[in-house]
Amino acid sequence: MTREIKIDPVTRIEGHAKITLHQNDDGAVSDARFHVTQFRGFEKFCEGRPFHEMPAITARICGICPVSHMLGSGKAGDELMAVRIPETAVALRRLLNYAQMVQSHALSFFHLSGPDLLLGMDAPAAERNVLGLAGEHPDLAKKGIRLRQFGQELIEKLAGKKIHAAWVVPGGVNKPMDAEVREKFLNEIPEAMAIAKEALDVFKSIHDNFEREIKSFGCFPSAFLGMVDSDGHLDHYDGYLRLIDADGHKIVEDFLPSDYDSVIGEAVEQWSYLKFPYYRKKGYPDGVYRVGPLARLNVCDSCGTPEADTELEEFRGLSEGRPVDSSFYYHYARLIEIVHGLERIQQILEWPDIVAKRVRARAEANALEGVGAIEAPRGTLLHHYGIDEDGLISYVNLIVATGHNNLAMNHGVKQVAQEFVKGDEIQDGMLNRVEAIIRAFDPCLSCSTHALGKMPINIELYDNKGEKIAEQSSGL
Amino acid sequence: MEKVKIGTIWLDACSGCHMSMLDMDERLLELSERIEMVYGPLVDYKTIPENVDVFLVSGSVSTDKEMDYVKKIRENTKIVASFGDCAVTGNLPSMRNPVGTRDILQEVYSQEGNPCSQLPGMSEDTPLPRLLKRARPVHEVIEVDQFIQGCPPHADLIHLIVSELLEGRTPRRGIRTMFG
Ligand code: SF4
Repeated sequence: MTREIKIDPVTRIEGHAKITLHQNDDGAVSDARFHVTQFRGFEKFCEGRPFHEMPAITARICGICPVSHMLGSGKAGDELMAVRIPETAVALRRLLNYAQMVQSHALSFFHLSGPDLLLGMDAPAAERNVLGLAGEHPDLAKKGIRLRQFGQELIEKLAGKKIHAAWVVPGGVNKPMDAEVREKFLNEIPEAMAIAKEALDVFKSIHDNFEREIKSFGCFPSAFLGMVDSDGHLDHYDGYLRLIDADGHKIVEDFLPSDYDSVIGEAVEQWSYLKFPYYRKKGYPDGVYRVGPLARLNVCDSCGTPEADTELEEFRGLSEGRPVDSSFYYHYARLIEIVHGLERIQQILEWPDIVAKRVRARAEANALEGVGAIEAPRGTLLHHYGIDEDGLISYVNLIVATGHNNLAMNHGVKQVAQEFVKGDEIQDGMLNRVEAIIRAFDPCLSCSTHALGKMPINIELYDNKGEKIAEQSSGL
Repeated sequence: MEKVKIGTIWLDACSGCHMSMLDMDERLLELSERIEMVYGPLVDYKTIPENVDVFLVSGSVSTDKEMDYVKKIRENTKIVASFGDCAVTGNLPSMRNPVGTRDILQEVYSQEGNPCSQLPGMSEDTPLPRLLKRARPVHEVIEVDQFIQGCPPHADLIHLIVSELLEGRTPRRGIRTMFG
């Protein structure tokens, strides 16, 4: 007889999910699944709408990373218009993206995972939340709230609203930045940077308490995917996608996001509303790869900003230069990315033309297909649209960060459950660890279950030597 | 003084309403001296508790499980508030309604070459919640005492309404805010 243990709902994550564990007679976990329980079918109603409405509509896919969808969508729109957008607009979009990364990573670290990391995985359930954290570490909790506020207010001042603004448009942005806004945030950067560094110090000081978690929180070799610029630096706004193996070697040459479909396939399981993307050549489910902060720091040659690069060097020391394997270190990578984001925000604000007035190119639709890619806080996000001659949407495909990580999260849940969930008496702290691995990935599930549209289908058959035997495609 | 028990939940929602609640920033810490969070995505409770004073319900009612949740919430709560436009009007989730449940699942998931023969959420013994025919605003399913509009409602509006409720006053139902 196997016994089924359910964790439902998984809390302190974005979106809806549950976990089921199967436990044998001898008390060991034999299987574990992470079910995403929300389905929305969001993109279907985008069909028939003008493409320039898409950034504002798709922002509402997610309340934590609306900016990523606005930008992915805006970039796909740029492609449809086939225009070169003003340099200032590119810089403003980058600024917006970093502001979001700072707020979203702060949320993940302080509001969602902080209670596990700072109060302990076995702390009483009633205290394991941001208010409990504020009770125990008032100063740190306040600083976390303040860091998130820095990002949210920068978004508000640029885009007009903290959540679901309508500022990014195909061709650029719809309003330039005021000089006062620039002053205000330049003045606030030192405070935000001090908080980010303090968080890094805190993480490093507690990290030794989590030896068992580090070894079992999704700690396995896998491929990693992330965006880099043409020099191999970390880039969150534009560039090439890089896929590396567990030893850090490139699996394929860096490719343009518009070629995603030749590299990534998507599978479906009846027990989850979230699809399972995989690296095509390795097939399903072996083609597991990870995206997000950990993946980005693993794939890039360097961050390209001094403070983050110093941190990156130390980070890479964890695995002697090989990619860092344990998903527990998503937390660490996230904090390094906050430092990097703040450095970039400073650079962009100091650029004289950032307050220039020309921020938008205008055109009708000039191409029938466009792909916009961006690094969202949680990983690579792709918006792929087709339109008809009138500029009305005829096709939508989205691959979101959390989807890419679906296979890896399932691996991670099983690994951590096998390590910690044992015996007849199941304690809360055991199960909390199973949830905590999911929090390490920081999934965004309302995003991930929107992917809908007529997916191009491409079936490839490989023999056991990796030689392609057959291929069949349909769709676009 | 006994703390006021507040629960929050997101149904078919984007999380934006809850993020706007967090945008109260430090005011949240002040409020926390007077409230106890007894349920919600930001705290670790797995069942809807009894004797809740105020429940903020964000999102539309889209699945059988969400239907159970709101009914339970109504039974156990004094003041239920529809929190955000998805809860108040059906907003974006309801835009799937014209397509129909089976068609939408079919269109998303049934592709040749997939290792799975069954659509998620359709089999007899599915571990997933089943989609209702339509995504519905909360007041279509249970009685609602308070409407907090906006997509998302502004943090200041949330603060105002929660503060009023804490004082034992009931703000006018549905203070109007700008759309979006
Ligand atoms: S009302 Fe708007 S912000 Fe709130 S859940 Fe719905 S889409 Fe998101």
